[in-house]
Amino acid sequence: MSRPADNRAQFRPDDHPNDHFLLTTVVGSYPKPKWLDRARELDESGDLDDAAWAEAQDDAARLITGEHERAGLDTVVDGEMRREEMTEFFAARIGGYEFNGPVKVWGHNYFDKPSVVDEVSYEEPWLVDEFAFTSDVATRPVKVPITGPYTLASWSFDEVYGDEAALARDLADLVNEEVEALVDAGARYVQIDEPALATTPDDHALVGECLDRIVAGISEDVRVGLHVCYGDYSRIYPEVLEFPVDEVDLELCNGDYEQVDVFESPEFTTDLALGVVDAHDAGVESVEQIEQNIRQGLRVVPPERLTVSPDCGLKLLPREAAYQKTANLVTAARNVEADLDAGRIDLDTPVPIP
Amino acid sequence: MSERVATTPGLYPLPDRAKEDLADLKGHQKGDLIDGSEGPAITDVYDRARAEAVADQDDAGLDRIVEGQLRWDDLLAHPLTVSDAVETGGIVRYYDNNNFYRDPQIVNDLQPTGDVAAELEAVRGSTEGPLQAVLPGPYALADLATDEHYGDEAELLAGVAEFLAGEAEQLPPHETLFLLDPSLVTSPPDDDIAERLPAAVDRVAGATDADVVLHSYWGAHDETAYAHLMDADIDAFGVDLIHEREDTLYNLTEYGTHDDVALGVVDGQNTRVETPETVRERADWFEERVPSQAFDTVYLAANTELFYLPVAPYREKLSALAAAADEEEVAA
Repeated sequence: MSRPADNRAQFRPDDHPNDHFLLTTVVGSYPKPKWLDRARELDESGDLDDAAWAEAQDDAARLITGEHERAGLDTVVDGEMRREEMTEFFAARIGGYEFNGPVKVWGHNYFDKPSVVDEVSYEEPWLVDEFAFTSDVATRPVKVPITGPYTLASWSFDEVYGDEAALARDLADLVNEEVEALVDAGARYVQIDEPALATTPDDHALVGECLDRIVAGISEDVRVGLHVCYGDYSRIYPEVLEFPVDEVDLELCNGDYEQVDVFESPEFTTDLALGVVDAHDAGVESVEQIEQNIRQGLRVVPPERLTVSPDCGLKLLPREAAYQKTANLVTAARNVEADLDAGRIDLDTPVPIP
Repeated sequence: MSERVATTPGLYPLPDRAKEDLADLKGHQKGDLIDGSEGPAITDVYDRARAEAVADQDDAGLDRIVEGQLRWDDLLAHPLTVSDAVETGGIVRYYDNNNFYRDPQIVNDLQPTGDVAAELEAVRGSTEGPLQAVLPGPYALADLATDEHYGDEAELLAGVAEFLAGEAEQLPPHETLFLLDPSLVTSPPDDDIAERLPAAVDRVAGATDADVVLHSYWGAHDETAYAHLMDADIDAFGVDLIHEREDTLYNLTEYGTHDDVALGVVDGQNTRVETPETVRERADWFEERVPSQAFDTVYLAANTELFYLPVAPYREKLSALAAAADEEEVAA
């Protein structure tokens, strides 16, 4: 029950060089400039006034939005410069949450996993200011990543509801309120991040129910994507095709595309946003390698329904590697488009899975 | 009256300062995780963190002291990822959690490394409490691995059991060995493998003189697997009383159990801290509901590893477990 996906064309640049158009984008997060980390430390220790801290975040958002544009992306994000972590950022703005300290995700990557200690509530806009600033400094369309309600529920300690589904539904209504505010502010590309779906795939019906709540009343001109990563996709496919989204964004490069065949049957009926660079390996993939990775996506969808993106947020990479991966991703997409235009790619004979 | 013993399944959260220091020293990428070859600077941070983990348990008054498994970057797969016979692939999800480990790809005959034994050795002398060793159960470790060597599930299970037995044989003296095996619950074995479970568990349990607890969590054992596991020569099952406890009770009353039992009565994945009274009530509830069995030793434990928690509630939960066991002693 995917939404009509003809909202893709609005992101095609006027000066796009090829007939084919593979929409290039990023999942969202990006390495922070070192000075921003230092400014955050000063802010947290009370040694930076609020205006200076706000200016530092503005400067970083402007810098990374520009970096995305220089890499050539069709749609850009501010690299989530104002967000430390995908659950923390939202939990800090939603009523009913408190924080008790960092917990491990993997290796030495941690987050302040929040605890729900009261019914959740919408108290202030979460992302409208961020979007307004980024779209003001950007010349390309801005995508807005939002952590999904199922993930917000799953990645919290629930001390109150005793029922993750009830918490997720309440949070979905808050996300809907936020998306409405973003659309009013001009947003046309929203990505709901639900990495937790891969952890508890049996809950795909609940995620679908939450997405129904999120898109309720949202115009079909607004492109709504769903990002999922790091899981056994056979457990959520083809169920994800029932979700009311225009695009499903998947991490597949990390596993060397060994799961790509999961999506070949039944037919992938929504748009595919394919991860073509590894977000957790500082080695930069060559343009040629990424072209091969993009062609894995053509096993699943035709070019007019393929979006190209990194596996996941790039924030843990060295910044130079993040930039080079992004730039190579765009170059590779343009090369594949040119090859498609020239008939050099036979869509009936897909590349083999590595 | 049963003796109640406060303990935990191990795998503790790192102290917050060690989290930062190790992130700085080791990095954030796949290739930066522990492979058994870390240098003195990293070793020093772990030594200090380990001392804190032992002090946390001594301060709380736990009856068994674990090493804390703070180096286990790959979680229960750790014993594999420090082995030369294993190559690490991409990061993969750790059960149904927001946690990841590197895919351990077994490419050769597994040989014990002594890595876990060296960790436990490092806390000898730093506590007066009896030590408890922690290893993954053979089924879980086989389940977490990718087999590119043994060829079939049965051979893999036997190979992993042999490997774990070799690790257990090297352990310094310990009072208790917890074998953590959530995979028995989350991905129950098929009938062929279920029949082979007792031999695999026995191979590991037979390598120590300590009391052996086979601890599973995130639900109840599959009935067939449980029936087979009753043939294994262990001292206790560890069961999760936070999830699916009625199904667990069914297995225990239907197929019987051992004289000792470990009860996951504290939620290792929720910051809501149980009071000692709640812990005691959960254990009482369990003992009353298994009339067929009078227990000698009842271990009061967290249901899961504790690394899921921030440091403050983790410490409070250790105290709740210890206090619950203590109150019982007073009442007795």
